Amino acid sequence: MEFVSDKIAAIGNKGKGIRSDCFITMELTEGEGIQLELVSKVQSMFGEDIRNLIFQILDFFEVKNARILVEDSGALSLVLAARLEAAIKVLKPVDKDFLLPLIPENLYNTASDRNRFSRLYLPGNTPSLSINAGIHKPDGIILDLEDAVAPSKKYEARFLVRNSLRGIDFYGAERMVRINQVPQGLEDLEFVVPHNVNLILLPKCESADQVNQVNSRIAAIKAKTRDSQPIWIMPIIESALGVLKAFEIALSENVVAMAIGLEDYTADLGTRRTQDGNESFFARSMVVNACKAAGIQAIDSVFSDVADMEALKQNVIRSKALGFDGMGCIHPRQIKVIHDNFAPDHDEIEKAKKIVNAFIIATEKGLGVVSLGTKMIDPPVVKRAQKVIDLAVTMNKLKSDWREEFLSEVK
Amino acid sequence: MSKYDKLTTNAVGRTVPQVVNGKDATPFLGVGKFRPTGRKFAPRISTLADYPEDGNKVVPGLKEALIRSGLSDGMVISTHHHFRNGDLVAIQIFDIAAELGIKGLTWVPSASFECHAPLIKYLEDGTIHHIEGSMNGALGRFTSEGGMQGLGILRSHGGRYQAIQDGDVQIDIAVIAAPTADPFGNATGDRGPAACGLLGFALADSQYADKVIVVTDNLVPFPCVPWQIHGNYVDFVVVLDKIGIPEKIISGTTEITKSPDRLLLAEMTAQFCDEAGIIRDGFSFQAGAGGTALSIGIYFAEMCRQRGMKARFARGGSNKYLVKMLEEGLVDYILDGQTFDLEGVRSMRENPGHLNTSPFTSYNYHGKGNFAQFVDVVILGATEVDVNFNANVVTHSDGYLLHGIGGWMNCLLSKCVILPVPLFRDRMPVILDDVTTICGPGELIDVIVTERGIAINPLRTDLIEKMKGSNLPIKTIQQLKAEAEKICGKPSKPRVTDEVVAVIKWVDGTVIDSVFRIDK
Repeated sequence: MEFVSDKIAAIGNKGKGIRSDCFITMELTEGEGIQLELVSKVQSMFGEDIRNLIFQILDFFEVKNARILVEDSGALSLVLAARLEAAIKVLKPVDKDFLLPLIPENLYNTASDRNRFSRLYLPGNTPSLSINAGIHKPDGIILDLEDAVAPSKKYEARFLVRNSLRGIDFYGAERMVRINQVPQGLEDLEFVVPHNVNLILLPKCESADQVNQVNSRIAAIKAKTRDSQPIWIMPIIESALGVLKAFEIALSENVVAMAIGLEDYTADLGTRRTQDGNESFFARSMVVNACKAAGIQAIDSVFSDVADMEALKQNVIRSKALGFDGMGCIHPRQIKVIHDNFAPDHDEIEKAKKIVNAFIIATEKGLGVVSLGTKMIDPPVVKRAQKVIDLAVTMNKLKSDWREEFLSEVK
Repeated sequence: MSKYDKLTTNAVGRTVPQVVNGKDATPFLGVGKFRPTGRKFAPRISTLADYPEDGNKVVPGLKEALIRSGLSDGMVISTHHHFRNGDLVAIQIFDIAAELGIKGLTWVPSASFECHAPLIKYLEDGTIHHIEGSMNGALGRFTSEGGMQGLGILRSHGGRYQAIQDGDVQIDIAVIAAPTADPFGNATGDRGPAACGLLGFALADSQYADKVIVVTDNLVPFPCVPWQIHGNYVDFVVVLDKIGIPEKIISGTTEITKSPDRLLLAEMTAQFCDEAGIIRDGFSFQAGAGGTALSIGIYFAEMCRQRGMKARFARGGSNKYLVKMLEEGLVDYILDGQTFDLEGVRSMRENPGHLNTSPFTSYNYHGKGNFAQFVDVVILGATEVDVNFNANVVTHSDGYLLHGIGGWMNCLLSKCVILPVPLFRDRMPVILDDVTTICGPGELIDVIVTERGIAINPLRTDLIEKMKGSNLPIKTIQQLKAEAEKICGKPSKPRVTDEVVAVIKWVDGTVIDSVFRIDK
């Protein structure tokens, strides 16, 4: 198909190694009707479906005359729709959105203090990676609009992220989006807030004001859509200034966790990231302390060597020892290592069992003080022990009726 | 001669011809239902008087060997596929045939590869009438579009042995490329520049063909030891500069998968085997070549290591991972059917626990038993599976014939057959109402593992019972199909005509399904 005008939309991805995506080239014409050429890997199975969807979308946006080439490598409908909508909106201003149904499986909110051991980064413009992300069971899935999307692809990525939030089943993972830095990131919010996002990651955050700007924009969008589901914020500290402002950021409204991004941070310091991590010890500790002081979760940076699981494990053990509650991952295989090593270990569970048991006995007896042997146990220690037990049960490391066995052992 | 005749419906409801390339063919009757009668095919009796007194059978070139073998119109020519995509011999045979103006040949490879695509020109000009074996990639596409003069016939590795043994296929000239050979014709695959491990796929050819030509690029003085192929079967020996491309002989499909989705499938499959009680001291398993199958082997090895157990034998293709298991004492024997990398070749040469097998010992259905039938668990791939557990390995969902059967069909007779497959590939659901082509009847396929759930064949009540209370996502096959369709949409069937272009032979030689010409 030949394209002639000087205004051509070229949206999506194609070529070697591209799967589950499509590339759309489109131009508007005058009075020639719709000329559609479809080249699809799934022609025999879904050729008719694809054509129907394309005409439905063209109709919706009142496109009557256009030349369109669709090169399809097996895109799901939600991907195809996102690509075509982006192409149309590049060519003509329209003030409405083509929305496929929001799947019922995705209608869940997340608690502010839910477990956030792992959160898997997915490039926002690469559909093949998001479709199966949920089966690897990360605690959170991040559709990334920031660093993982090339500047020239940022526009189209927003449509894809929006459609993915609505249409891909993430099997219970917390649905997160990393927006671009404020102020550009505020525009991203328009594409995600009304579409069932649970948490917004705010990159390169350096002030409480930036969090407030995000909060205000979210509130404004929600007011329009009369939406009431909570949307949490996870600022990412990635600079020296951010580290020094960590506490005020952590105290901001709707912030439930705060992460540190070490690649940018070490660059800001003018140093390099090392295996030992001495260069970031201060920053990590600052972030952990700010989070704990504010009563939120502290989340560590990603570990970038996806092939070295042993080094990742050591990294997680160090991270947990510093006080972090979770870590980012850039490959699904990292999830299990992160979960296994953030999870309470055998000694922690055994200790927690004793403390919780002592607490239950004290409560039953109406005692104001919990004691274990000759030692008094403070309330925060009991609370932490209870959390360890809950976690161990959730992660199948402990049976929910553990106390029966525990009591019989004690006897 | 018409390509086929007398269409009928077989025991799995598929339309198949009862006359194929002019010969009678029996429709599939059900597993174990067809009873062969009569005696095996016998090759001609030879006499020492016709062969060199000094045992030196070397002739100057392949052309002379073919002419002296009596190459003429309508003959059946066989080759083996141990060189996989690095084969340099098959093409030369047909170059010579075309040069001599020979027409109407039947090519019987044990498998074909992308490197054989140049043969399309000989299928077009009538040098080759049709292929019996496998039609992969470009050859499959050509066949699907109706280009072949005769009807293609696809057989499994065991089915090929059966067909040759029973006389369904009568080979006039077998050309056996051999990495090392002596002038008498003794040959081995475990050494030489084109070392490929073993030559088991050529065993039937050596035993039953009228004329046998051994082609080598590494001639050694008598005796060539070990003699995987016996010189006593061989008519001529030809020495060429190069018979195969080593780096293509060692195929690229033998690396462990890095795909997180496939690793998850492998992990779920291994866990299933464990919970089903298959992984125990002294168990046996089929070792496959695909990335997922390889990864499952790694999980098996880890379980054995942790629990101080070992497997009695692994059957199938060998590679560095399996060799490591053998050398670490995690498995007693490798019963090797084809060697996938240089470590496999080395191990076969050096380790008495690494045995070379053939389709006769491992796969032949018309024998007094075979090794594959008592393997505890086999893990295989499939392009499609249907709600009746029927599976397809030869065609894709667009109707195109693109793969051979290999040993897949023969392995279905083992004790437990598991197919780990993705629920969908891109937008293509893998679990359908009906597979495009039936290669394996559902009654023999026990478990389908997908990343979103595992379906156990209702016939396997024992497995269903064992997996009660498992943490694995056990679902019905209908649930899996519905889940795939929810994500991908409901697919249309491939657009094909009612013209048959190839038939699929079951392990007993009956016709289980047909491949139809694509409607372009």
